[in-house]
Amino acid sequence: MTILSINNLSVGLPDGGDRDLAVEGVTFSVGKGETLCLVGESGSGKSVVAQAVMGMLPLQLPVKSGNIEFMGAPLPAQRDPAYLAMRSVRMAMIFQDAGASLDPLQRVGDQLEEIALVHGIDRATRKKMVADILDAVHLPDPKKLARAYPHQLSGGQAQRVVIAAALLLNPELLIADEPTTALDVTTQAEILELIEELRRDRGTAVLFITHDFGVVSDIADRVVVMRKGEVVESGEAAPLLRNPQHPYTRTLLAAATSRAAPRDAVDKSAVMTAQNICLTYKSGGPFNRREVEAVKDVSLTLHKGRTTAVVGESGSGKSSFARCLLRLEDVTSGTLTFEGRDITHLEGAEMQALRKRIQVVLQDPFGALNPRRTIGSAIAEGPIIHGATRADARAKAENLLEMVGLTPQAYDRHPHEFSGGQRQRICIARALALDPDVLIADESVSALDVSIQAQVLALFRDLQQRLGFTMLFITHDLRVAAAIADDLLVMQNGRAVEYGNAAEIFANPSQDYTKALLAAAPGQDLTAVSAA
Amino acid sequence: MISYIGLRLIRAVVTLLITITLVFIFIRFSGDPAAALAPPDAPQEVIDQYREALGLDKPLWSQYTAYLGQLLQGDFGYSVHTGLPSVQVFLARLPSTLFLGGTALAVALAAGLPLGAIAALNRGKPIDRLVMGFSVFAFALPNFLFGLVIILIGALVFQTYIGSNPDSFLDVVFPALTLGLASMGAFARFARSSLLETINAPFMVAAEARGIGRTRRLLRHAVPNASIPLVTLIGLSLGGLIAGSIVTEQVFGWPGVGQLLVRSVATRDIATVQFIVLAVAVTMILANLIVDLLYLVIDPRIRSK
Repeated sequence: MTILSINNLSVGLPDGGDRDLAVEGVTFSVGKGETLCLVGESGSGKSVVAQAVMGMLPLQLPVKSGNIEFMGAPLPAQRDPAYLAMRSVRMAMIFQDAGASLDPLQRVGDQLEEIALVHGIDRATRKKMVADILDAVHLPDPKKLARAYPHQLSGGQAQRVVIAAALLLNPELLIADEPTTALDVTTQAEILELIEELRRDRGTAVLFITHDFGVVSDIADRVVVMRKGEVVESGEAAPLLRNPQHPYTRTLLAAATSRAAPRDAVDKSAVMTAQNICLTYKSGGPFNRREVEAVKDVSLTLHKGRTTAVVGESGSGKSSFARCLLRLEDVTSGTLTFEGRDITHLEGAEMQALRKRIQVVLQDPFGALNPRRTIGSAIAEGPIIHGATRADARAKAENLLEMVGLTPQAYDRHPHEFSGGQRQRICIARALALDPDVLIADESVSALDVSIQAQVLALFRDLQQRLGFTMLFITHDLRVAAAIADDLLVMQNGRAVEYGNAAEIFANPSQDYTKALLAAAPGQDLTAVSAA
Repeated sequence: MISYIGLRLIRAVVTLLITITLVFIFIRFSGDPAAALAPPDAPQEVIDQYREALGLDKPLWSQYTAYLGQLLQGDFGYSVHTGLPSVQVFLARLPSTLFLGGTALAVALAAGLPLGAIAALNRGKPIDRLVMGFSVFAFALPNFLFGLVIILIGALVFQTYIGSNPDSFLDVVFPALTLGLASMGAFARFARSSLLETINAPFMVAAEARGIGRTRRLLRHAVPNASIPLVTLIGLSLGGLIAGSIVTEQVFGWPGVGQLLVRSVATRDIATVQFIVLAVAVTMILANLIVDLLYLVIDPRIRSK
């Protein structure tokens, strides 16, 4: 039975956008108990489709043509009050950031109960429904959890609570908008499994929005791929994944499966080493002194011209470790060496000289550039501080802009004129302006769309070939690590779990945690196919 | 939570001690109290006698420790003019000031918060611009000017003198409005920005997707979340109200603490000035302590720290 049917839907954009329509001529349908994956990157219009189904399109995005039918009957006009009675009852939606989609001031149980309350369900029934649904989403100790506030939940728990909220009144359709993107890979696997289980048990139709073909291959019955507001390809999941027709689909698929070609170490010399690094954060006032051991006894050697990836879930200490290597934190114990010299406690002018040789590229390309300064001055600033003349610094900056795939004309422009991917290229150019020996990339592609991610990763590798710098790549994403790393360090709870050649670890992990991490990564079938 | 409260209590005590010390120093360096007390043509011996009687001839340090000792015993000194304990002089004036300040705060809240909410809900529309324009005007207008204009209009147009009678309704409303106008403008602006931030928060979108109606979304979710930064502002605005009350009472001839303070400073009535400043400091510190405790009530995130 068809639950949702979207026919030739077009939605307008406000004047002055990069295109006239947010969504153009989109047609697809979702049947009872079926999972349809709507795949696309930011700006593809996939979330606009979801908003339209929920009747929540803002005034600036008017429906231009087409219609949406729900169980054979047309849906009310956008923002029509009639939707109030349908939301949660017939259709529900969950969002990417589950924690933020709960009111921080109210108890979880009260927020769930409120949904039943506004749909006219009496108190005794409400209580029972909430207890039942919290149980159904496998939350430990549902009674205690109902009394918790959102900030007391982990990311996975929050997403379970939000799923519980969505399914409380047993709607026919669940729209999930990137519900696992912000989660760690093991948590993501659990949430995907939960959504699958609930779909099976309740026969809910699932419209699952994602950019990740790994996730698609794990859960989709059918797939619709969108780009710039239009459907570029759609069909049954298995044949589409096996034999994608559109080049864009192939790009997205490749991003989910790419592996770095193994490289032999040309020059085995160690540029930088870390031996038994420990870092303890101290915080709190006189009453509540707290100590957190962020990094515990981690050692690592960075070989010249090679890339080492540090992978771990949130809270594993990987970023703290990177801050130690950058000497932004003073290690509690352990030794750092750079070209054989002990730099653990280097100070003053010597430290200043060293800074120039170890550079960093951060995660957020939007926050990392001062919006009031031109691209050129951001890139040229470092060389000027370290003694280059203005003319030399400018020439170098323009050269670097070309190397990272932009034009020298970008020199006089401001950050807001560039996309996220372009900004990350600018950040890379800025880091390379000082000719560093070591480049530390901290989640440098995590904020980017997958196809852009692939381009930036390729740029990193290309620049490394040409300039010969050594790279340390911090990431939570195993596929990113697989696409770039020669060597791999796996971290958990501040400790190094496994360390060695990346290809070997991916092929044959020796530690249980690494095995679990690899097993949890979405799209196992995809990887198997592409490896064969 | 215990440490949250404990830390704030310690901070309160330290702030109080610093204030006491500063007042003690300033009042002794801003002119000779003995000379101000003695008749204008009094010979030096008489002034010296006054100085000795007031204990001003002793070294500064021993005056200071003696003063702290007296404070600890609850002895706040005597007004040199009336001969009455400074506490008694102060308490006699307190009710009318509390009445004025309380009414002003109530007016500012009752008008400012709804105005801000209306502006937020009609963002970008003419009513929003009107409210924001008014709030800037209210905030920028010096209260002595507004008070004088009110008195002038009353006298010239309605042939009546506004102010000074705490029993008459209009005589309370206008001084209270004068005093509360600036706070009202600040509350309106803050309420607007704070509410705008919350109505676009992800949990508001999620609540809409869960089928919760607009009114309930606003009252049950947006308003409580938007009130957190407002609580801070209300606590801080108390300082502005106290400072403003000194001017307002002067303009309307309101028989309150503000007027008493101005008079006591002019006549170097040390004990009274010291006590008033102490009382103001305690009020401010208590108000901010209450704000900190209110956070605990409103925000579970702070509670679990």
